[in-house]
Amino acid sequence: MALTRELLAIKVCKEELYDGVTVNLGAGMPALVCNYLPSDIEVLFQAENGLLGYGGSPALDQIDYDVMNAAGLYVTMLPGGSFFPSHVSFHMITGGHVDLGILGALQVSEKGDLANWIVPEKRFGSIGGAMNVAVGVKRLVVMMEHVDNLGRPKVVRQCSYPLTATRCVKTIYSDLAVIDVTAKGLMLREVAPGVSPEEVQAVTEPQLIVSPDVKEMEF
Amino acid sequence: MINKVVASCDEAVADVFDGATIAFGGFVGTGYAMNLIEALHRKGTKNITAICTMAAGGLLPLHEAKQIRKMITSFPVFYMPAHMPQVYNPFEQQLLSGEAEVEICPQGTLVMRMWMGGGGYAGFYTPVGVGTKVAEGKEVRVFDGKEYVLERALRADFALIKARKADRWGNLIYRKGAINFNPAFATAADVTIVEAEELVELGELDPSFIHTPGIYVDRVVIAKPKWPEIKLVWPDKAAETEIDSLAHVGKII
Repeated sequence: MALTRELLAIKVCKEELYDGVTVNLGAGMPALVCNYLPSDIEVLFQAENGLLGYGGSPALDQIDYDVMNAAGLYVTMLPGGSFFPSHVSFHMITGGHVDLGILGALQVSEKGDLANWIVPEKRFGSIGGAMNVAVGVKRLVVMMEHVDNLGRPKVVRQCSYPLTATRCVKTIYSDLAVIDVTAKGLMLREVAPGVSPEEVQAVTEPQLIVSPDVKEMEF
Repeated sequence: MINKVVASCDEAVADVFDGATIAFGGFVGTGYAMNLIEALHRKGTKNITAICTMAAGGLLPLHEAKQIRKMITSFPVFYMPAHMPQVYNPFEQQLLSGEAEVEICPQGTLVMRMWMGGGGYAGFYTPVGVGTKVAEGKEVRVFDGKEYVLERALRADFALIKARKADRWGNLIYRKGAINFNPAFATAADVTIVEAEELVELGELDPSFIHTPGIYVDRVVIAKPKWPEIKLVWPDKAAETEIDSLAHVGKII
């Protein structure tokens, strides 16, 4: 069955975070990731509005109105954390100094193109910092539901929505599967518990290459 | 004697003209020169082109009075999932009705355009936006086998900047995450107007730790800090409530 958002966040933590990694989190589902940090590693979260090394939410009476992450949530700073101006922050991001970006997605193509800022039904959309993150980080992964609200596949041959960046996504973590974007095509590496590779393929537009080692997700 | 301190916010924005391009520091709820924005609201300056990373936030009073006709921004609209409270953003309605217009710009590109504008550069090549709508109509050039899009530098007539401390030469330091777009925007305006929380004597700011040297600053006004009210609207009409997300007064270290 499909993973809950929380279980998906736990899965992404387990697979992607390691001691010393610097991570930029997108708004929405990726923001959940910082709640499931393993306690034995040091992870530096970078927010594009100018924070490096922020922690969890403060207690209500400890809120500092000048300490907010890029999702607009009040956060705390870890000892060793730093504040800096936006132009330095994006210098950091676009210059490839941030190891990992975790973004949400509206669509991902089989070549790793990402669309996550505007749907054609709306005349206006907001890019925010997502284009910078998608192009700049050393490794970009997306976290998303496998199908949209209407049940349509979000992993597609070619994105029909306006792109955020081309050929940028390395791995897709969905509520049904873990899929790597490879030179040969999309490689199905893991499936959610109780979900078969055929069931994942049925809600995925491009043909998946099922890894010979495909397995059920572990957490 | 150099003295950039002016007596009031109203005096500080007195020469801001209709049709001006104005850069506003700030992000969501922090780093806006709210007292200067309120003075601009009182003054009623019209047809503003606003350079700011997002609509709503600290610009809300100006949107409500329809003073901003165009934004150069990375967040003109906010679409939250349907079950969640929505950000109250009159600029969206003004866009949809055609009263206002927007030039959308990735956030990092926006701040870098201003930083470059402040430094006298014409523009820069960035990998950000290649292959997307953002690159439409712009030069794309290959360097070392990789595509880059030419983004032009940007400047404003005025910048409204929020600082923690200032001296009479206009040297500034910012506080924590309130720094955000302020140091870059302060460099790229013909007239840079600063709202600071505290005026200190010359020499009191450690010269090794000044964020913005006074050369970029034209006016300083001292005002009690204010944070923008972030208004949220609940999706259920019957339960529609606008909340002031938190009591945005005080709380300063």
